[in-house]
Amino acid sequence: MSKADVWQGTLALMVLKTLDTLGPLHGYGIARRIEQTSGNLLSLNYGTLYPALLKLEQEGSIASEWGVSENNRKAKFYKLTRRGRQQLASETRDWQQATSILARFLAPSGDAI
Amino acid sequence: MKGLRAWMVRLSGLWTAARREHDMSDEIESHLQMHIDDNLRAGMPPAEARRIAILKLGGIDPTKEAWRDRGGLPLLENLARDTRYAIRQLRKSPAFTATAVLVLALGICASVAIFAFVDAALIRPLPYRDPARLVGLFEQIPLCPLCPLSYPDYVDWKRLNKVFTSVEAFEGTGISLRTDSGAEVAQAAIVTSGFFRTLGIAPILGRDFRAGEDTPAAPRTVLLSYAAWQKRYAGSAAVLGQSVTLNGEANTIIGVLPRGFYFAATGPAEFWTALHVTPHSCYEQRGCHSLHGLARLRDGVSVRAADSNMKLIAGELERQYSSNRGQGAAVISLVELDVGRLRPILIVLLCGAGLLLLIACVNVTSLLLVRAESRKREMAVRSALGGSRARLAAQFVTEAAVLVTASGALGLIAARGLIRILVSLIGAPQLAAMPYLNGLDLNPRVVLFAAAVAVVTLALFSLAPVSRSFFPDIRAGLMEGGRGAAGTVWRRFGANLVVLELATAVVLLVGAGLLGESFYRVLHVDMGMQPEHLATIRVAEPDAVHNDNKKIVALAHDVLRQTAALPGVASVALTSTLPVAGGNTMWIRVLGHPYHGEHNEVGYREVSPAYFTTLRAKLLRGRYFTDADDATKPPVIIIDRAFAEKYFPGEDPIGKQMIYAGASMDHPMTVVGIVDNIKEGPLDQSTWPTMYVVFDQDPDDRFTLVVRAARDEQALLPALAASIHRFDAGMATFDPATMAERINNTPAAYLRRGSAWLVGGFAFFALLLGAAGLYGVIAYSVGRRTREIGVRMALGARPSSVYLLILREAVLLIAAGLASGLVCAAGAARLLHGLLFGVTASDPAVLAAVAVVLGIAALLASFIPARRAASVNPVDALRAE
Repeated sequence: MSKADVWQGTLALMVLKTLDTLGPLHGYGIARRIEQTSGNLLSLNYGTLYPALLKLEQEGSIASEWGVSENNRKAKFYKLTRRGRQQLASETRDWQQATSILARFLAPSGDAI
Repeated sequence: MKGLRAWMVRLSGLWTAARREHDMSDEIESHLQMHIDDNLRAGMPPAEARRIAILKLGGIDPTKEAWRDRGGLPLLENLARDTRYAIRQLRKSPAFTATAVLVLALGICASVAIFAFVDAALIRPLPYRDPARLVGLFEQIPLCPLCPLSYPDYVDWKRLNKVFTSVEAFEGTGISLRTDSGAEVAQAAIVTSGFFRTLGIAPILGRDFRAGEDTPAAPRTVLLSYAAWQKRYAGSAAVLGQSVTLNGEANTIIGVLPRGFYFAATGPAEFWTALHVTPHSCYEQRGCHSLHGLARLRDGVSVRAADSNMKLIAGELERQYSSNRGQGAAVISLVELDVGRLRPILIVLLCGAGLLLLIACVNVTSLLLVRAESRKREMAVRSALGGSRARLAAQFVTEAAVLVTASGALGLIAARGLIRILVSLIGAPQLAAMPYLNGLDLNPRVVLFAAAVAVVTLALFSLAPVSRSFFPDIRAGLMEGGRGAAGTVWRRFGANLVVLELATAVVLLVGAGLLGESFYRVLHVDMGMQPEHLATIRVAEPDAVHNDNKKIVALAHDVLRQTAALPGVASVALTSTLPVAGGNTMWIRVLGHPYHGEHNEVGYREVSPAYFTTLRAKLLRGRYFTDADDATKPPVIIIDRAFAEKYFPGEDPIGKQMIYAGASMDHPMTVVGIVDNIKEGPLDQSTWPTMYVVFDQDPDDRFTLVVRAARDEQALLPALAASIHRFDAGMATFDPATMAERINNTPAAYLRRGSAWLVGGFAFFALLLGAAGLYGVIAYSVGRRTREIGVRMALGARPSSVYLLILREAVLLIAAGLASGLVCAAGAARLLHGLLFGVTASDPAVLAAVAVVLGIAALLASFIPARRAASVNPVDALRAE
């Protein structure tokens, strides 16, 4: 199976979920985490992450501040805001609903109409 | 919400761009460092570690670019960049920029200033409650479609009508006021008690008249205008309850009217008193018409319905009272009364200003087109380097926007000045009749109008270069542009634009010519007298002489004697009303003629014997009055030619007798003389039949002195007032003016003078711009044809044939412009219909003059480049190419 590109719009959700799970994290860390979580099935162009982060920050879902990384590098850390948490919850719900509907469509048709 | 917040952040990002850029570089650098660290730990060589990290990022610059796009608002940033670029470009060609901005500012200034007047007069509502429901009431006879009504008729109208919620009456008048420094005449108004309630105006201090406060027995009360309160009582609140002596009667001040209150029909009255019907006054007589009616329509009743209801009532009164025979009624909306007269003029002026703006736009458009042509190469290069069409177009629109913004700002400032100048030119007496023009200035609506004008102008400019074959294919642009030649666009459009400009200039010139001629004709209408060197002043005798005719006459004779003794006075007379002022009328009955109670309405003047000789009127038959015609003798009258023609056709009027309709037969008046028509009414209307009676036989304690000066009548005015006061301090004098001033200040004259000057100004600038446009086209064409001309001359063409070559092109354009302009002018002149006097819309003299003026100006404009063409040195011309 070829590596899938990240769909537009889902990247934001992945970022929010990553920050929710791991707490404050810098851009590079988020990118690596997304790749790892996907079992390296997703090919992420790291550069596309930054406009997405900026957009989330402008919308108030995440906040950033400079800090020091685990390897003593200066890095900008992002963390979820309250609004971001709400957004994550509602988008997760929407996503699950969407996939479950799609799953029902694509399920092996034992009881076709 | 989320989107809005993000947008705000991005917008604010415009100002923090530098800091954020730095922040972002740091972040990407730190990202790379962490990635490289990981790669090194994984055992890669350093160079490879960095390469992979950058590769995985997707390149440093593309990342930054993507981030920037999200960080700010690229559209706005481009706009800011384009604006800076446009300003830089415009500053590089200051001549072009200055010309374009000035021309456009001129057009905007003219239209905005005129719009301010339109706004004040036609758009802004009158400052009363629901002004559209207010109407004026008039009596109507054939001679006078909107005439004052009598008090008894007013009472009947009020009682019988079914269409008004309230009906009030008022009149503006002069009132003699006793002050510490002697008697003075102040402007006043007499109103019925519900007047202010009908208008929806409440006093800012004190109270309004109460219902019933206008009955004969009610105590005398008065309201002050704000201005009078400030001027005479220094704005003191203690003024309430104070007494003021008006016409010799004590009045109690009960209130002060609001600051912005005005009422055009009464003029700027200082004292507003309640109307009291006193015994033997004009108000008691059904035939004495001095009042104006004001009413508020019931809901759902139209002006037309009210008009027919009032005509019905007037018909009943006609049957009931002989004095009302032939008398109808008219109901007109108050708005129409106040501004109706100004509307056609303002529309004409707004059209004129609009045309000037159009011509300015056309001129600037051609400048922009020429500029676009010369920048074809730049466009082609930028387009070859990857500038998108939209971006290139945006660049041009931005440039036009910068131009329009600058011109708009300049035009607005200039308009403010122009408005002030125009208002100051109107003059106090006219302004009193148009109070809504007081304090005229820019207001939000006017600024909005200016903005709308700017937007439309910008749209025009943007259309021109963008829609044109403005984006040629790049290769053609690069090849052709290299030589700076060009011009298909310009050749086709430039010529059409010039025809449009010239045609517009013709329309304005014709308008100005017709108005100017009308103004001249009005001033030079035969007035039946010599108005030069006449000084006039109005006089009111002291209250003490009230109703004592002997005293009134004696005092008037003293005034005449005193005045005649002044140095520089050639002769002096008095009259009840001056020429060109309209005035009183009477109903007469000629004895010996069949009479069935019809209303023979004639103008009526009380004059002293020297009146006709002082005016230098022309005696046609009979004799002038003499000092012997006094109160002891049987009454005598002089009639004018119009009177003689109307009431004595085919008869000799001298010696004929007449009486006032309804008067007793015992004291008939005998005609002793006929004078040629004196313009007693408006200059632009035909003369009413008028009769003159001897002042001594029918005296009045108010009159106007007419003095013929030996030399400078202006210098005589202060001396007149001073001499009268010296003689009797109780005499009030007011309204001193020369006869020429009075004539100039009549609506017939000043409305035409004003519009002629304004349209003339517009036409002058239109002509200038049109000629400049033509010059541009011809000069451009000469520039393009330099090589051709060089070849022709090298082959032996003479300068004269070169002139011909160039001028032929010019003459074609001029002829096309003139012809289309004259056709349009014929249509446009209909607009002027009401303003024209003594000329027709297609006056051949005016049209010919316009053709000559425009032809000469246009030929001059094209002669300059033609001369340059003819003086081309063939060798240089060929080498240059």
